[in-house]
Amino acid sequence: MTMTLVKPVTPTRTMPGRRGDGRVALAFLAPALVGFGVFYLYPAVRGAWYSVTDWNLLSEPEFVGLDNYAALVRDPLFWNSLKVTAYYVILTIGTQMLLGFGLAALLHRLTRSLLVRSLLVVPWLVPNVTVGLLWMWLLDANLGFFNHLLVSLGLDNQGFLTSPGLAMPSVALINSWSSTGYTALLLYAGMLLVPPQVYEAAAIDGSGEVRTLFRVTLPLMRPILAFVLVVSLIGSFQLFDTVAVTTKGGPVNATRVVYFYIYEQAFTHFKMGYASALALSLVLILGVLTFVQMRLLRASTSDLA
Amino acid sequence: MRRLGRPLAWACLITAILISLFPLYWMLRTAITPGRELATDSAGLLPRHPTLFNFQRVLGLASREETRAAGGSGANLDFFLYLRNSVVYTGVITVVQTLACAMAGYAFARLRFRGRDALFGLFVAALMVPPIFTLLPSFVLVKELGWLNTYQGLVAPSLLMTPFAVFFLRQFFLGIPRDVEQAAYIDGAGKWTVFWRVVMPMTKGPLLTLALTTAVWTWNDYLWPLLVAPGEQTRVLTAALGIFLKQSPNTAPDWTGLMAGSALSVIPVLLLLVFFGRRLVDSIQFSGMKG
Repeated sequence: MTMTLVKPVTPTRTMPGRRGDGRVALAFLAPALVGFGVFYLYPAVRGAWYSVTDWNLLSEPEFVGLDNYAALVRDPLFWNSLKVTAYYVILTIGTQMLLGFGLAALLHRLTRSLLVRSLLVVPWLVPNVTVGLLWMWLLDANLGFFNHLLVSLGLDNQGFLTSPGLAMPSVALINSWSSTGYTALLLYAGMLLVPPQVYEAAAIDGSGEVRTLFRVTLPLMRPILAFVLVVSLIGSFQLFDTVAVTTKGGPVNATRVVYFYIYEQAFTHFKMGYASALALSLVLILGVLTFVQMRLLRASTSDLA
Repeated sequence: MRRLGRPLAWACLITAILISLFPLYWMLRTAITPGRELATDSAGLLPRHPTLFNFQRVLGLASREETRAAGGSGANLDFFLYLRNSVVYTGVITVVQTLACAMAGYAFARLRFRGRDALFGLFVAALMVPPIFTLLPSFVLVKELGWLNTYQGLVAPSLLMTPFAVFFLRQFFLGIPRDVEQAAYIDGAGKWTVFWRVVMPMTKGPLLTLALTTAVWTWNDYLWPLLVAPGEQTRVLTAALGIFLKQSPNTAPDWTGLMAGSALSVIPVLLLLVFFGRRLVDSIQFSGMKG
C-alpha cells in the first residue's frame, strides 16, 4: 500500500459524520437493491395479488376475492399434503439429528482428519436429481441393490417407492443419506466451540465418555442444536427435487408434499391463483413455526457465557 | 469396556463412511454394466462384462442404432453442452452474487444511512420466505420479458442477491476489527477505495467460503432451470438428467444409461472437493457457526 501518512488527519474522515453515508451507501447497495426489488419484493406483491385471482397463465387474471383461500380450507389434498410433509419432516429430522449428532461425537472424539470429513460430506455435494435417480435404482422393486440384499437374507422383495406405506420412509431415507454428513459437520463445528478445559474438568471429576456427552456436551451445544434444527426444519418443508424425480407425489398421494402440490397446481394444472394462495399459506405456516422456534432459541442462549 | 470403546467407535465411523460412498460405487458399477445384461447381472459387486459403452452413448458418441441395440431409449445427453450451461449458470451467479452481496453486506455492517435497520429487517424477513412463493411470480416475470430459454432468464433471480448471502457477509464484516479501515481513512482514502483495496483483499477467505457454498447450491439447483430453461440450448445438467429420465420408458427405465449420466454429473462437484477440500468443508462448518 503506497498511501502512507501523507495527508493531514481530517476528523471528518476518521469519524464518519452524523449525517451518515447516504450516497456512498446507495452505491454499495444498488445491485442488491435492484435484485431484491425485482425478484423478491415485486414477485411477493404480485404473488399476493395472484392469490386472490383466478388465472390460468393465458387469459387475464380475474379477481375472485378470498375464493382460493376458502377452497384450500376445504381441499382434502392440501391438508393431506401438510400431513405428508409433517410426516416427512419428523422422519428426516429425527434420523438426521440423531445420526448426525452421533457422527459428530465420533468425529470429535476420534479424529481431526480432513479426509474423513470430506468423505462424509460427499453425498451432500451430489445434485439432488442425481441422488434421486441413484436411489430409485438402488430401491428398484426388481433389480435394485436393496432388494437383492433382502432376497439374499431370505426376505421378500419390497416396492420401496411404489408401496404407499414405504414410499415416504424411503424418501426420508434418501434425503437422510444425502444430508446426514452435512448435519454432522455443522454439529461437529458446534462441538469444537466447547472449550477443552470443560472436558478436562469433567474427566478429572471422574465422568465417563458417555456421561460427559450427555451431561456436558449436549447441554452446552443447545444453541447450535436449536439452530441446526430450525435450518433443517425449514429446509425439510421445501422437499421437492427428490419427490419430483422418484415418486412424483405417488403412490396415492403418499408423497405429495406441499411444495410438490403447489408446483403441480401451478405448472401441471395451470391454476396460478390457487397455487399462489397455497404458497402464501405456506409462508404463513413457516412464519409461525420460525417464530415459535426463535422463542425457543432465545430461551436457550444462557450457556458458555 | 474402555479398551473396546475406541475400536468400536472407529468401526462405527468407518461404517458411516462406507454408507456414504457405497451408493456412488453402485452407480459406477451399474454404469459399466452392458444394458442388455443388467436384467441378469445386477447383483454382483462387479459386472461380468464391464464396458464403457454406456458413457459413450450418453455422451452421444454412439449411433442411435447402436444405442437402441444396447437397450437404450435412443435419447442421449448432449453432455458437453449441458456441462457448459451448468458452468455458465453456476459461474456467473457465484461471481456476481458474491461481489454484489459483499458490497451490500459491507454497507449494512459499516455505513450509516437512514432506514438501514428497516431495510436490513426486510432482507432478513425475505430469508424466512420459502422460495416457491416468489418463484411463481418470478417465472411469470421472466416469461413476460420473453426470457424463457435464455441465459439471462436463467441467472436473473439470484444474480444480484440472495438474502442469505447478504446476511452472512454482514455478520462477517461486523466481526472484523475496524483498525485497518480506520488507518486507511486517516490516510485519506474514501469508503469505496477502502472497501475494494483494503477490506476485500483482507477477506478473500470468507468470500471464497461463501462463493463455494453458492456454487454448490447453484450447481445442484433443479426446479428453476427446469421451469425457465428446459430448451436444448440452455438446459443445465440437472434438468437434463430429469428430462432424460422422462424420456426413458416408465416400465423399464434405461438404468445403465441413467447411471452413466449420473456419474458424469457428480464429477464436477467431486473436483471442487478435491481442489477446495479444506475450504469447502470449512464453509459448511462456518455457515453453521455464523448462524
